Amino acid sequence: MPDARHAILARLRAAQDKGHLPPPDYGRLDPRGWSAAERLNRLRQTMMAAGTEFLDARAVAWLDALQQWLAAQDVPGCIYAPTTRVGQKIAAGWNGQAPLVPFLRPLADWKDELFAQAGAGITTTHGGIVETGSLILWPDALEPRSLSLIPPVHVALLDCRQIYDTLWQAMREQNWQSRMPANLLLLSGPSCTMSLGSEPVVGIHGPKRLLVILVEGDPAA
Amino acid sequence: MDQSQTAARSAARPNTVYFYGTCLIDQFQPAAGLAGLKLLQAEGLDVIYPQGQSCCGQPPLVAGYADEARQVAWAQVRLFSRDLPIVVPSGSCATTMKRHYPDLFRGTEQQAEVEDFSARVYELNQFLVDVLGVRLVDHGAPIQVTWLGSCQAIRSLDLDRCAHVLLRQLDNVTLIELTRDFECCGFGGGLGQHRPEIAATLGAQRIAAVSATRAELAIFDDCGCMLTLENGLAEAVPPTRPRHIAEFLWDRSHD
Amino acid sequence: MISPPTSDFGNAAREGMHDDSQARTQARLALDGLKSRRAVQFSDPHEWAALRALGGLIREHTLRHLPELLETLETNLTANGIQVHWAETVEQGNAIVARLVGEEQVKQMVKAQSAVCTEMGLHHAIESLGVTVTESDVVGGLLQQGREWPSHMVIPALHKTGDQVAPLSGATVTDVEGLCRMARRTLRDKFAAADAGLSGVNFAVAETGTLVLVENEGNARMCASVPRMHIAVMGLEKVTARLEDVPPLLSLLTRSASGQAITAYVSMLSGPRRSDEKDGPDAVHLIILDNGRTRLYADPQWRKTLQCIRCGACQNHCPIYDKVGGHAYPGAYSGLIGTILAPQQLGNDDAGTLAQASRLCHPCTEVCPVLIPLDKLLIRRRIAQVQAAGDDLWLWRLWALIHRFPLLYRLHLVVLRSLGRVLPQMKPPSVNWPAALHPRRMTAQNLHQLARAQRISDA
Repeated sequence: MPDARHAILARLRAAQDKGHLPPPDYGRLDPRGWSAAERLNRLRQTMMAAGTEFLDARAVAWLDALQQWLAAQDVPGCIYAPTTRVGQKIAAGWNGQAPLVPFLRPLADWKDELFAQAGAGITTTHGGIVETGSLILWPDALEPRSLSLIPPVHVALLDCRQIYDTLWQAMREQNWQSRMPANLLLLSGPSCTMSLGSEPVVGIHGPKRLLVILVEGDPAA
Repeated sequence: MDQSQTAARSAARPNTVYFYGTCLIDQFQPAAGLAGLKLLQAEGLDVIYPQGQSCCGQPPLVAGYADEARQVAWAQVRLFSRDLPIVVPSGSCATTMKRHYPDLFRGTEQQAEVEDFSARVYELNQFLVDVLGVRLVDHGAPIQVTWLGSCQAIRSLDLDRCAHVLLRQLDNVTLIELTRDFECCGFGGGLGQHRPEIAATLGAQRIAAVSATRAELAIFDDCGCMLTLENGLAEAVPPTRPRHIAEFLWDRSHD
Repeated sequence: MISPPTSDFGNAAREGMHDDSQARTQARLALDGLKSRRAVQFSDPHEWAALRALGGLIREHTLRHLPELLETLETNLTANGIQVHWAETVEQGNAIVARLVGEEQVKQMVKAQSAVCTEMGLHHAIESLGVTVTESDVVGGLLQQGREWPSHMVIPALHKTGDQVAPLSGATVTDVEGLCRMARRTLRDKFAAADAGLSGVNFAVAETGTLVLVENEGNARMCASVPRMHIAVMGLEKVTARLEDVPPLLSLLTRSASGQAITAYVSMLSGPRRSDEKDGPDAVHLIILDNGRTRLYADPQWRKTLQCIRCGACQNHCPIYDKVGGHAYPGAYSGLIGTILAPQQLGNDDAGTLAQASRLCHPCTEVCPVLIPLDKLLIRRRIAQVQAAGDDLWLWRLWALIHRFPLLYRLHLVVLRSLGRVLPQMKPPSVNWPAALHPRRMTAQNLHQLARAQRISDA
């Protein structure tokens, strides 16, 4: 195998064009200059067109609103990350009318059980992106990636003040280059497929429903 | 060629131009060639038509016979040596000479001369609109037409935009747009020769689309497309008569 | 074993074309939908031109610095804990996967759709080791059950209607939603039980050692997150230098491929699970595949093919593909890029005549988001074929002779015109190349003569 590497690189080097190329001009990806209200509005429109649902909790207690939504939608409770600040807030404010399942053990220890959960996985986000209609998810040791993948419903908390015009802007302002996690996700709607006919069909392998809860400020506050 | 380059070149309006008739127009539709030539003369230009011209070499080129294509291409290039624009009443031929000649001569002694030639090539409609800024006045009776741009050139040589500009200048002409933009007639690219059934299907679809517009005339920029579809257009229900855009523009604006 | 379609393009094309069945109609409708959605996305011509220029330049940069970028990628992936393997051939690649599968005692594998995996015949190679491989994208899985070959590199079952897809699964569902529910139920068990997940890679970022996976369904995320091992395979041209290359390339990819601003999920993977994380694979492997790409790279013009980001727009807009369908193309890649790639990967003989399946019209070149000059490459491919085996050389030599000398040209017109008077008319089919240029249709006077009569100057 070292032979393959060597052979491939040698062939490439032998044919390489060493001439100068002007560098790409990333500046044209600069932010669009939308107002905060415009940003939120556009983000909502784009995401809703892809099947995302929104719960506006900017003027109310989001946890209460969420529990009401879950009850009204017949979604049996939540699976959550108990050791995050948001997780602690959820545990403290849970009214107990539906199950609240903590993601405590490694996935390998309870995989079948998690796959069988019918409740909603709930996560925080690291902001939103208007241009593509996306949320930034940054799973880590405290908030596993499976929460936004395995349960049939995913609830994502979005701080409205943390919305970027473009992916490029988000990437630079949050300095992704120097701190990439094992798994960074851009999430833009419930799972869907474009492969069956000419219209998208929602609800495939990832969550069938995506609910975005809009909050103003830190959701753990 | 991008629009900024076109604009830069068109800044200077020439007094004299070359005309490259193309072999199909020469042999099958010379009236269209003459009309194109006269459109240029009507704008006050002196037109030079080198009698030694024959064919741009598109047939052997698309068949993959590079040497033979080069021989014929070079014979054409040598006839157009003065630093004058070369106006071509055919989208596919203009594309061949402008876009494919430089590759054909890359690494040869003739490369520089060929590149200079290619830079001076204009498709007729593009030249009329972007360089001469013609303003045509319609002397004809009301008529409905549809437009079939040759697919090679409609975007790469801005042919579609320019043809629309010209056709819309004619007040009594109603232009009915064809649907299914990217379809082609099946002519050329060697397809008609090697894959006649595919070419036939493409052509038949194009004809059906034209017939569906119920236009009286189907306007073409490319003689090859015209010849390919002519019979089918006549046999369609309802039939449509094909017309080269040069002839159409000339007839409408010069009674 | 699912065999690739026939290498006889002619026959396959004929079949595809005359198939007026619901499937072909469905495929055409789907193609029309893809084209119009893409057009809506790129409705601003200035934005399209600028983004495309940027995308083309970024891809050129990759190729300009390809060996260094691959080395940097390997260094940073390794630092992130991703194990990098190199394969010159498909056989080597399959052998690497076989070794990994054996070492980790993999019994069950889930696989996300990937053109490179198709190129490698990886599915079959792994199955022959006694491992169960499940295609996990909703339609790929159904194709697998129906023993069919994908017809489009992005939407593998473009040729299937919803009704046709259902019976492939042996189920009785007749509606698309029902189909999806069933697919979801069946595959969740597979995801949970799998020992390893296999996927392709859309972009690999050298700067950060990151693999980017672009998808809608969530199955690639499943393959890359749930089983204990993730194996990713990619062609060596998929590397890009910087993380900020991803936004423009991603935008061009999804908008060109399916007319979406972005897909539901874009995963950026920079390692196996960290030691304190509760989920994610224990091991991530990347296989970098050559399989003829270095051969393409060796030629400055063919090299441009490697700029391809696999969006499929060229084939979506090809009138030939629209007529004959993807099964007429051998190899893993259909449409235009396949026409150019296949001869390199399968050898000239097998796929050589593909290059004639083009009218050299322009749509593919117009829609390529990274400025690959597909029309020029097609001509180049034809020239290469003729050099290998030109059947009509005498014909074109004669033709060239006639057209090089004005006197011969004039003479041959006289001859043709006389012939035209005696040759019979050609009958329909009326759209017919020889009929179109029948000498009978030549005019009595040609343009040269008319120009002379009008006293147009000669020089």
